[in-house]
Amino acid sequence: MGDTILSLNNISKSFGPIDVLHDINLEVRAGEVLCLLGDNGAGKSTVIRLLSGVHQPTSGRMVMDGKPVLFKNPREAADHGIATVHQFGGTFPLMSIGRSFFVGREPTRRFGPLKIYDRKKANEIAVKAVQNFGITRIDDGDRLVGGLSGGERQALAIARAVHFGARVLILDEPTAALGVKQATHVLRIVNEAKKRGLAVIFITHQVMHAMAVGDHFAVLIRGAVAADFRKGERTREQITDLMAGGETMATLEAEIDAHSTPASAQ
Amino acid sequence: MNSHSALGGLLRRPESGAFLGLIAVLAFFGIFGGLTFLQPAGMASWMNVAANLGVIAIPVGLLMIAGELDISVGAMVPFGAMTVAVVSGHYGLSIWLGIGVTLIFGVLVGLINGYMVVRTAVPSLIVTLGSLFAVQGVVLGLTVLITKSTSVALKVEGPAKAIFGDFVFGGQVQAMVLWWLVVTAAYIYFVHFSRFGNWIFAMGGDKVSARNAGIPTERMTIVLFVLSSTSAVFVGMCQAILYNSAQVAGGQSFIFNSIISVVVGGVLLTGGFGSIVGIFFGTITFAIVNQGIYYTDFDRNWSALIIGVLLLVAVLMNNTFRKMALSYAPKKGVK
Repeated sequence: MGDTILSLNNISKSFGPIDVLHDINLEVRAGEVLCLLGDNGAGKSTVIRLLSGVHQPTSGRMVMDGKPVLFKNPREAADHGIATVHQFGGTFPLMSIGRSFFVGREPTRRFGPLKIYDRKKANEIAVKAVQNFGITRIDDGDRLVGGLSGGERQALAIARAVHFGARVLILDEPTAALGVKQATHVLRIVNEAKKRGLAVIFITHQVMHAMAVGDHFAVLIRGAVAADFRKGERTREQITDLMAGGETMATLEAEIDAHSTPASAQ
Repeated sequence: MNSHSALGGLLRRPESGAFLGLIAVLAFFGIFGGLTFLQPAGMASWMNVAANLGVIAIPVGLLMIAGELDISVGAMVPFGAMTVAVVSGHYGLSIWLGIGVTLIFGVLVGLINGYMVVRTAVPSLIVTLGSLFAVQGVVLGLTVLITKSTSVALKVEGPAKAIFGDFVFGGQVQAMVLWWLVVTAAYIYFVHFSRFGNWIFAMGGDKVSARNAGIPTERMTIVLFVLSSTSAVFVGMCQAILYNSAQVAGGQSFIFNSIISVVVGGVLLTGGFGSIVGIFFGTITFAIVNQGIYYTDFDRNWSALIIGVLLLVAVLMNNTFRKMALSYAPKKGVK
């Protein structure tokens, strides 16, 4: 087990009179995948926004490498090595792979008295970084990002985060919009990131995906951590029930049946 | 790489549609008007139109690439003309003072536009619609108040006249054409070869991701608004120096003409895609249609029809080329 990189201690967040998170305790370690599970509105997104510096906690402490930290904006979180990759990769569909990879940190070379963008170098580094994650189909840095599949875009975004020194990788529903095969690619990339010693926070709805890569699981229900357990401590059914807000799937299924039976009887 | 893939690579560039449009327009007017508009006198007529429009269209296009819009340029052109005419013509002060004051006003309005766009969540179309009317009102009100007239004479001689508002190359080409070529070259460097260009495309692609990537999006937005409004007052100022007078009206045509040039030039209206060379071609195409009609037997009233059709065809063509660029994958290895 790696060292704890980042932990949330008794974090609460409220927007005006509305309490969104109460007393959250979580920790992520190097080389470990923490799966953050929960239904819509459980507070997963708010946790991500706190970690990535978009919002600041109302109370409680965030500790990174043993020191308390407060991220005033996304830039500060990024400077601490926290990278967030969103559902659609947070990339720019009409930019080339090389340009998109280096947005904000473009490599330049001298051209007479001028400094110009080094397209060749950018493309080479970007393609190599993505290929290192096993996506060998990307071999031309001039291709537009919008022409890549959803899984390839995720790979590009993750490779970008890793290349620029991310230590904590937050993946916000990376598999939600993907087909089965694409999702498998992304899960493989998550495993690869873990192998490289990154701490990964993986947010998902899909229990199967979570169980495939997770070492540690936290289930949020109505803004509180309802369950916190390690790999192998719960079955898939138990996790699904927790995600449904504590009700068992069996109860929900019974409810669905009760509604659909009269309709089909007509 | 064989010639086929080289052609494919060219077609995927944002300016390919604009270039084909330019060829089509040249062919059209070549057939119906003869080649007179490619001879020096004809060239001068459309190059002058293209230059005055192009200096404004490029920064307007950059804003569009960044996901913003500036229609206040329509008021900034007469504002620039009137400012230099009032300072240096009506009050008779130094022309250099007039030029300085004009450019400062351009920067100020750009700062106000940019600041309002980044500080409020109001779309830039509405913000600049507001400043369009506000500046028009200020120009008309102040000019009448100060000069008791809506037209002010300006007499400029010496180097200022030669640099900003004279004819070069034997009398038909405006100095603005040289300015246009120089600023186009400068914009090509900044947009396609410096890192700032990458930021503009990223802002238009996804502003939140761009900000998270550490790009100072707000400062960049303000800078772009300053560029467009300053370019517009510059064009107005040069016209006043050239024609020795300034009117409070006019300039409105720059709003739509610049947007048409930019869109024909392959810039995506919703941002994130386009090129300076494309805008350059788009501007020339527009100017040729605008002026070429005089060299044909057609009634000039038809030129608006041609421009309308051209705009629609260009947008459809640009959409096709953009899809080609998106779906492009190298044809080798396993797929």
